[in-house]
Amino acid sequence: MNPNDPSMIAGSSPHLKSGQTTSIIMRDVLIALVPATLASLYFFRLNAVFLILTTIISCVLAEYVANKVMKKPVTIGDYSAAVTGLLLAFNLPPSLPLWMAATGGVFAIIITKQLFGGLGMNFINPALAARAFLMASWPVAMTTWTKTAVDAATSATPLAIIKKGGEVVTDIPPAITNLFLGNVPGSLGETSALALLIGAVYLVVRRVITLEIPLTFIGTVALMTWILGGDSLFSGNFLYHVFAGGLILGAFYMATDYTTSPVSTAGKIIMGTGCGILTAVIRLYGGYPEGVCYSILLMNLAVPLIDKYTLPKSFGGGKIHA
Amino acid sequence: MSLLHIIKNGIVDENPTTRLVLGTCPTLAVTTSAINGLGMGISTMAVLIGSNIVISLLRRVIPDTVRIPAYITVIAGFVTIVQLLLKAYVPEIDKALGIFIPLIVVNCIILARAEAFANKNSVIDSAADGLGMGIGFTIMLIIMGGAREILGNGSIFGIALYGSAVSPALAMILPPGGFLAFGILIGVVNVFSKKKITTIGCTSCGAPCKRKYDSGEGGK
Repeated sequence: MNPNDPSMIAGSSPHLKSGQTTSIIMRDVLIALVPATLASLYFFRLNAVFLILTTIISCVLAEYVANKVMKKPVTIGDYSAAVTGLLLAFNLPPSLPLWMAATGGVFAIIITKQLFGGLGMNFINPALAARAFLMASWPVAMTTWTKTAVDAATSATPLAIIKKGGEVVTDIPPAITNLFLGNVPGSLGETSALALLIGAVYLVVRRVITLEIPLTFIGTVALMTWILGGDSLFSGNFLYHVFAGGLILGAFYMATDYTTSPVSTAGKIIMGTGCGILTAVIRLYGGYPEGVCYSILLMNLAVPLIDKYTLPKSFGGGKIHA
Repeated sequence: MSLLHIIKNGIVDENPTTRLVLGTCPTLAVTTSAINGLGMGISTMAVLIGSNIVISLLRRVIPDTVRIPAYITVIAGFVTIVQLLLKAYVPEIDKALGIFIPLIVVNCIILARAEAFANKNSVIDSAADGLGMGIGFTIMLIIMGGAREILGNGSIFGIALYGSAVSPALAMILPPGGFLAFGILIGVVNVFSKKKITTIGCTSCGAPCKRKYDSGEGGK
């Protein structure tokens, strides 16, 4: 979108002008994801290299082709397709066949983004939608987790190990320090909480994201797993639930997507809390060991409704009839 | 309108699936394979032709105030005939389509054609309308079923297309695949039709309904 387009200027002067543009924001997100990318390269080696390259290239190519076919200006220069590709790679298991990853990239860009009008028009997060599609299409390949680094044997993820009532897994849950650093089986980007948090600090400092959604999201999951996650009330291992799985990745990088999150502070708190409740319920009582992806997708769908009911009152204005 | 024109109307201009967007429930639910789409399309077409003929014959007999229950009774009669025929001659198809065969009774294409066409046109014209609408519905169901079967099951009409090296995208024969295929089909048809759906509402809808004439938006 052209920022100088007269239709983009709303209201009467004076106007505050910030230096932020889509490409600067997206570049910041890419920079913030560098530590996590390096961590995934360290833990999963060549698998990570190929997977990340495949998803980024397929996303950018799909965006270019879609722009050309729909006769619209080419928007690969705003880096948003590259961000989607990288986030998608972070959501995939390292052993996934590359053509499936490429299918996911094409799905994310063409189906969930370009068909709905391009950047800013998608109603759900493209990377997560693609992950859900891949999960429904190839459930076996999407849940085959390999151990980190040279030891390439398949293994269960930490959340699958501590899941009650699921398939019987005899592995011992990894130590929480490994969980924090990332030396555990899992999808590319979710394993190292430390690397993700370093990037998140950068995003907050650069004011690309605000903290309402991540904090309420993680806080709700911690609270619910602490109360309900253990054998008796208030005995759940909530730190484990916070650092395992895709919670940090989802809370800081996915749930905060501008297009698919509410505008107002109150709306953001509702969004974060809703994501947290859904994630905890899926993790503790649902059929899947992990619920971050589906909880964010479900709350994405509720965003228009949340926005409608959390419309801020204008200064001096009366009651709002939305 | 000539008979050919009426038939073409059902297949192209007012295609029940892509232009009128009627009968979406069976469209989404049973199109997990091309053969299911074909079975559902033919069954619906048989009911549609039969009910259009009978309702057109009875159009001066049925009192206006109770016409809907009367139409449903006629339609239910034909659905029962079709279901018994399917059970007798193609039990596999009957098993695959399951509850959606009895549910043809409440398929809105059939009631819509009874209400919009058969009760004000001659018997021959109504039969042609049923045939055209039925063909249009069947074609779209086969296209959707075929596309979903190729992508989601790796086969077409039960014949395997690619080997075990490539596993098909299971999601396409699950419910989300139905919505994906349906949306893309409507979009593609819209791109290639002369009259495009550009706005929400009556203006770009193909159906000649009363509200449209009253509001002065009717084209025909």
